[in-house]
Amino acid sequence: DNRISIWSAGDLGNAGLNGEYHGEPHLLCDIQHNGDVMDMQFLDQERIVVASSTGTVTIFRHHQNNQTLSANHRWEKAHYHVDQDTSCGGAACTGVVCNNPEIVTVGEDGRINLFRADQKDAVRTIDNADSSTLHAVTFLRTTEILTVNSIGQLKIWDLRHQRNEPSQIFSLAGDRVPLHCVDRHPNQQHIVATGGQDGMLSIWDIRQGTMPVSLLNAHEAEMWEVHFHPSDPDHLFTCSEDGSLWHWDTSTNISEKPSFLHQGGRSTAYLSHSTINQSVVSAWLSNDPTKDRMEITNLIPNQTLSVNSLDVLGPCLVYGTDAEAIYVNRQLFA
Amino acid sequence: DTVPPQVVPGADPSARQLCFAWGPAEVLVCETLFGRAGGSRSRCLSRSPSPSRFWREGRAGAAARALTGSVAGTGEGTPSSSRVFVVRRDQDIYIQTLRKLFNESHGIFMGLQRSEEELAGKSRKAQLVQVSKNYRSVIRACMEDMHQAAVSTRDPALQGQYSTQVSILSAMELIWNLCEILFVEAAGAGPLLLRLLDWVRLHVCDVDSMVREVLSSESPSKHKLFWNVVDVFVLQGRMDEARHLLSKEASANPTSMNMYKILDDLMKKMPVPSLGNTQTLTELELKWQHWHEECQRYLQDGTFASNPHMESICKILLGDEDAILEKKELMTTWYHFLVTRLLYSHPTVKPLELRFYAQSSMDLFLGGESSPEPLDMILMAAFEFEMHQVIKECSIVLSNWWFVAHLTDLLDHCKLLQSHNLYFGSNMREFLLLEYASGLFSHHSLWQLGVDYFDHCPEYGRVYLELHIERIPLSTEQKALKVLRICEQRQMHEQVRSICKIMAMKALRNNRLGSALSWSIRAKDAAFATLISDRFLKDYCERGCFSDLDLIDNLGPSMLLSDRLTFLGKYREFHRLYGEKRFPEAARLLLSLMTAHIAPCSFWMTLLTDALPLLEQKEVIFSAEQTYELMRCLEDLTAGNPDKQKFQDDDVERTKVEMLRLALARNLARVIVKEGTVEGS
Repeated sequence: DNRISIWSAGDLGNAGLNGEYHGEPHLLCDIQHNGDVMDMQFLDQERIVVASSTGTVTIFRHHQNNQTLSANHRWEKAHYHVDQDTSCGGAACTGVVCNNPEIVTVGEDGRINLFRADQKDAVRTIDNADSSTLHAVTFLRTTEILTVNSIGQLKIWDLRHQRNEPSQIFSLAGDRVPLHCVDRHPNQQHIVATGGQDGMLSIWDIRQGTMPVSLLNAHEAEMWEVHFHPSDPDHLFTCSEDGSLWHWDTSTNISEKPSFLHQGGRSTAYLSHSTINQSVVSAWLSNDPTKDRMEITNLIPNQTLSVNSLDVLGPCLVYGTDAEAIYVNRQLFA
Repeated sequence: DTVPPQVVPGADPSARQLCFAWGPAEVLVCETLFGRAGGSRSRCLSRSPSPSRFWREGRAGAAARALTGSVAGTGEGTPSSSRVFVVRRDQDIYIQTLRKLFNESHGIFMGLQRSEEELAGKSRKAQLVQVSKNYRSVIRACMEDMHQAAVSTRDPALQGQYSTQVSILSAMELIWNLCEILFVEAAGAGPLLLRLLDWVRLHVCDVDSMVREVLSSESPSKHKLFWNVVDVFVLQGRMDEARHLLSKEASANPTSMNMYKILDDLMKKMPVPSLGNTQTLTELELKWQHWHEECQRYLQDGTFASNPHMESICKILLGDEDAILEKKELMTTWYHFLVTRLLYSHPTVKPLELRFYAQSSMDLFLGGESSPEPLDMILMAAFEFEMHQVIKECSIVLSNWWFVAHLTDLLDHCKLLQSHNLYFGSNMREFLLLEYASGLFSHHSLWQLGVDYFDHCPEYGRVYLELHIERIPLSTEQKALKVLRICEQRQMHEQVRSICKIMAMKALRNNRLGSALSWSIRAKDAAFATLISDRFLKDYCERGCFSDLDLIDNLGPSMLLSDRLTFLGKYREFHRLYGEKRFPEAARLLLSLMTAHIAPCSFWMTLLTDALPLLEQKEVIFSAEQTYELMRCLEDLTAGNPDKQKFQDDDVERTKVEMLRLALARNLARVIVKEGTVEGS
């Protein structure tokens, strides 16, 4: 009884006098989906690529004229295990990333698939790319991808090369804690953020070294997703199994108001104070605590169950929890 | 009370013997090959009359619903097939529209458990009343959704199901609201009546459409149902609305202006209890008595004699039971009758006096024509302040533990339930929560809510959780991780180990050695890590090269989890050093692997064979000490082998040993010379 649903969160133009939005998100259309939805992403304005726990990757099309969804294309058994007898042979597809028309998927079978939206078969498949589960994938450049796996490794794959080896492997020092999510800085392509099973946020500079630049102790349980804000990358968002969603803010042009005068209901913590001094090097890479300050805010007042997924665009933040609820925050930077 | 036996449809106990097995959330019933001798029809699954376990018969008769699936198998010899039935008890959790109820109420429940106990008196009561209101608003929201679903669906069976659900939810909200007034808020004499009036107004809505119709017509006073609507308002104590309508009648009918004015005045002056502390009960009683006498006078004077409608209204105002009973169809229920009676005869009724009025109201209203329904009995129990009876009756009637579990928990927080020990140890609140949560666990997704409920059952919660959590099907790694996190947070180490082992075995079977290792690390399972390393080493021996180098090269501190794993890592390092032509270091490493006994005995031969190329190098790599060590290892290996036959018969083995001995001897010779000379030392 899993479904893919499209909701309307309302027109931003309908905001009232003081910017408050009135009205709840309402369901436009939905369609049944086989298996758990492990990951999904918009391919373009109308199409959505969905990764399933059965190992199938499906493209759904949203018909905006009559508000329906239909399955456009399906790659069955995109991910599967060697032993076809166990659990129907399908392996969960854990991550999908799109760069129209290319689609890259990774799964529990350690396989990387490269699809093109209009082609029936996979363009390229790297079998046994990893001996453990690949948890997430994202594009580094148009021809390079980043993957993270369950033995704590961040790998760069160059899709131009035909060999089935990563071009670079990064790993955490110390315990090989599994990494669950990865995201790349929108503008500065050498800055990568990953989240681990112990809730730790790691920032990597992939130009140098094989170890992270900074490790930030964040959540108390698995960090499921990490996202840089696409247009305002001084802001980072992470969500976790412990039920919290954190907003990491390294922008240094915060107004001079002290923290307790900020909008109430949120707990804030400062790492350190500083003068308002914008440095050229991204605040994410700097490890001089006296120069930069990072403000971390938990956006969920009464946390109970896990926050599994989030997305952010402009002033809007949307996240979903295990309590079967979706929350939309339309005034992120108010 | 006689309870009809519940038989699994399709399973005929008179034809075949049936056997059954309990599962954690289901019962498996299967037909056996043994035919039944004799014709007696015996009951297969009979309902136990005690409220403690099982098959709830919902208002619609749950037998058909309980059957969720059957697997057809072929019987031996006989032409009919034997079947296995899966009988599941909690069907309601699979109703899509009720999921909101379960999820939201979980949030409210958690909030209540975490709320501060230190607040005392009024603020705590206000907090608890708010919680109760929250629960009710969730029920109402669910009713809305269910109603929408019923209206929009085209399938009549589904529509029927939704409509039934709406009426069940409505009944639940009715009962909860009454419990809130009587138990949680514990309204005292005075406010009690006001709350009851609100309650009746909210829940008796059969007359709403009639009211709307009359109000929206052009000249309401000419409408044939006009007086009915006025009566409804009066019966529900909605004086202002009644007066407003009457004024329309008065303006249309000037002859009755005089009567109207008097009636209007009486209605305006009627004393009602107030919520604030503006008047004491005695003051109210005095005023009311005075007003009552005034009404009496007007009636006896025949003021309203010419207008029977107005006269009946006056009689109602005086609390005349017969007059009120005449309007039975407008009240529709006995509890409406009760509240109207109280409004017009005993507005300062005390909570404990309710029971008498309730009983007599029900008797008068039903009048022996119809017998009370379960809902009536529950409400009666509430009016009698028999909380346990309410809970018991609800448990029997409702098909799901949701209602009683949450209500009992709330009442427990109000400190209203004595610790009423049931004969198997836990108290009622805990028992109901355990049953409810166990029901949740049979759902593939709602089990997560069940975890929190078990957490708040101090006596048996943990045990139940331990048993249930191991049975959740782990279809994806993410689900396994969630389950693991729950176990780790509660220090359930046994379960952690068992789940990690399951996942690791699955991974191993699928040849995902890295995943398997990752699971062993999580569980700190040294034995499994050893198993995985052996698998790697076996692969190496068979293929001559390592698979999954990305894993072995990057083991890091997890290498120390098991000796075998350490060996694997170090052995790979040896190969790397050799590849990088760092021979002395490689040699030292190789030797340490053997002397430190990290290497398994079975591997020593391979290690010694690896030493061969190092021994044969132009440059002398092994020192004398090291060579002696190697020789000793070789001797240990060949001497210690009980089955000397193996070495003697196997040519390859013998050649290897001979070559090794030769190489070692040669190396020894060279190194003695080298170390003996001046440059060498």
